[in-house]
Amino acid sequence: MAVTAVSGSAARPIPRLRRLEDERWLAMALLAPTAILLGLFIAYPFFEGVLLSLSSARVGDPGHFVGLKNFHKIWDDSIFRTTVWNTFWYTGVTTVFKLALGLWLAILLNRHFRGKAIIRAFILLPFIIPTVLSTFAWKWMFDPTFSVINWTLFQLGFITQRINWLGDPDLAMTSIIVINIWRGVPFFAITLLAGLQTISPELHEAAAIDGARPWARFWHVTWPLLMPVTLVVVLFSVIQTFADFQLVYVMTGGGPANATHLFATYAYQLGIGTGLLSEGAAISLAMFPFLFIIVVVQLLYIRRVETR
Amino acid sequence: MIEGALWRRWVFYNIPLILFVFVLLFPFYWMIVTTFRPDGELYLPWNAPNYMPFWTNNPTLEHVLYLFEETSFSRWMFNTMLIALVSTVISLFCGVLAGYALARLNFPYAGGLGTAIFITYLVPQTLLFIPLAEIIRNFQLGDTPWSLILTYPTFLIPFCTWLMMGYFKAIPKELEECARIDGASRWKAMVYIIIPVAVPGILSSGIIAFTLSWNEFIYALVFLSSPDQKTVPVGVTSELIRGDVFFWGPLMAGALLGSIPVAIVYSFFVEHYVSGLTGSVKG
Repeated sequence: MAVTAVSGSAARPIPRLRRLEDERWLAMALLAPTAILLGLFIAYPFFEGVLLSLSSARVGDPGHFVGLKNFHKIWDDSIFRTTVWNTFWYTGVTTVFKLALGLWLAILLNRHFRGKAIIRAFILLPFIIPTVLSTFAWKWMFDPTFSVINWTLFQLGFITQRINWLGDPDLAMTSIIVINIWRGVPFFAITLLAGLQTISPELHEAAAIDGARPWARFWHVTWPLLMPVTLVVVLFSVIQTFADFQLVYVMTGGGPANATHLFATYAYQLGIGTGLLSEGAAISLAMFPFLFIIVVVQLLYIRRVETR
Repeated sequence: MIEGALWRRWVFYNIPLILFVFVLLFPFYWMIVTTFRPDGELYLPWNAPNYMPFWTNNPTLEHVLYLFEETSFSRWMFNTMLIALVSTVISLFCGVLAGYALARLNFPYAGGLGTAIFITYLVPQTLLFIPLAEIIRNFQLGDTPWSLILTYPTFLIPFCTWLMMGYFKAIPKELEECARIDGASRWKAMVYIIIPVAVPGILSSGIIAFTLSWNEFIYALVFLSSPDQKTVPVGVTSELIRGDVFFWGPLMAGALLGSIPVAIVYSFFVEHYVSGLTGSVKG
């Protein structure tokens, strides 16, 4: 009502504060700081990144336009191919485990017992503590000479020789996957627990009265109702994991012999480490189509589940 | 939920839960033990006799002292704290205003802008760090705290906006209309009526934004170069590893002390943190 009165008088010059009475002007004013910061430090760098990836720039040399040459070059680069494979493998394996273990932990927590609040608070610690710092604790635990994991396995009689966790490509990848799962499980568990708590216990009771066994109740009642939350959690986790940097940088730096690179660590090594800015930019931009497809597919799927 | 005998409760619930807690917390225990263990014990080979990895009888503060005397650790703590606080405040300011506009005002393209915010929410830092490093250099911001204070909001604002939109949407429209009928302007209704109601949401976003900026690594690694400007994660990584030599004692001490501010903030606001976390994944 007041809105029409104000916007009807738009012909006359309006004092600045009065102008904020118009929803459109107010919205613009409120969105301006966000638009400026995101435009300056997301949209502009993205545009610059595309230009950079199409140029021959190096550190100290602005370079010139070379078209898709950098992309051709990385396409033929065997390390890049390993990197693509690693990233998908890393993302896929960790997501499956994080979802399974996170859901299990959420179910364990979804009941009343003494100390539940404290346990829940402690469980989130791996997710809260800065990744680089906790990854160093893992690196120390995986240290080939002083590994506490080796010590434990040795004392339990499983091994007789040391395992060089980070020196062997497959073991190094496995170690990184284990740490990513360790860090991600709390996030899955706590968000899925919140999802579980919105499911009315009466549904379970009704199903139980109808004779459904616990497993059937989980599969036909809990799981479908949990689907919308699960999908969003998986979306976030997949993107974060796909674009991961810190964990691999600290654990292996992409080694041994470039066997554990992800997009981000390889882009860092080429772009910042050796100063091939254009190639580095091309590699990190190469993430974009994959991320885009993942987001679109997931969002479409989420919409389908939610409207069902 | 609990059916059957006591042993079933133990097998199906308590033992798995204990295992989960043990595995999730063990690395932190390991950090603490290493921090206080003297070098002589630290560098015993894993298969040495009488090696006692899980405890030390000779606790020492030498690693902590090394950290403060031989490195700029206190500087790093101060830098990280400053950057995290300022970028959190900036992001909250922008996020609250933008969230309010997107959730409660009618204007053209509101839906499209909401989607755009969601998309930027999903842009990982590792996609843009190389061109962004160039831009930071062109703006003469390299190696200053400003390079991070201004870029951290790029991943914090979308998050805060998204979370605040959820909180604002849950506040009934009537609240605002009452204030407007009583003669408050739109601006005043927002500042004095709606934003105070959304304080729990602001706290949640602020705490998560703080922990996220404390955690950030790649921008800090690329944009900062002099030892005195570094943040804790970068300082620990670059100054406590010389070539192939890892100073494990100080490294673990740094990891432990560097985690404490986040852990303290978190422990005071666990409920807010959890509600923010679960709110952030609501579509």
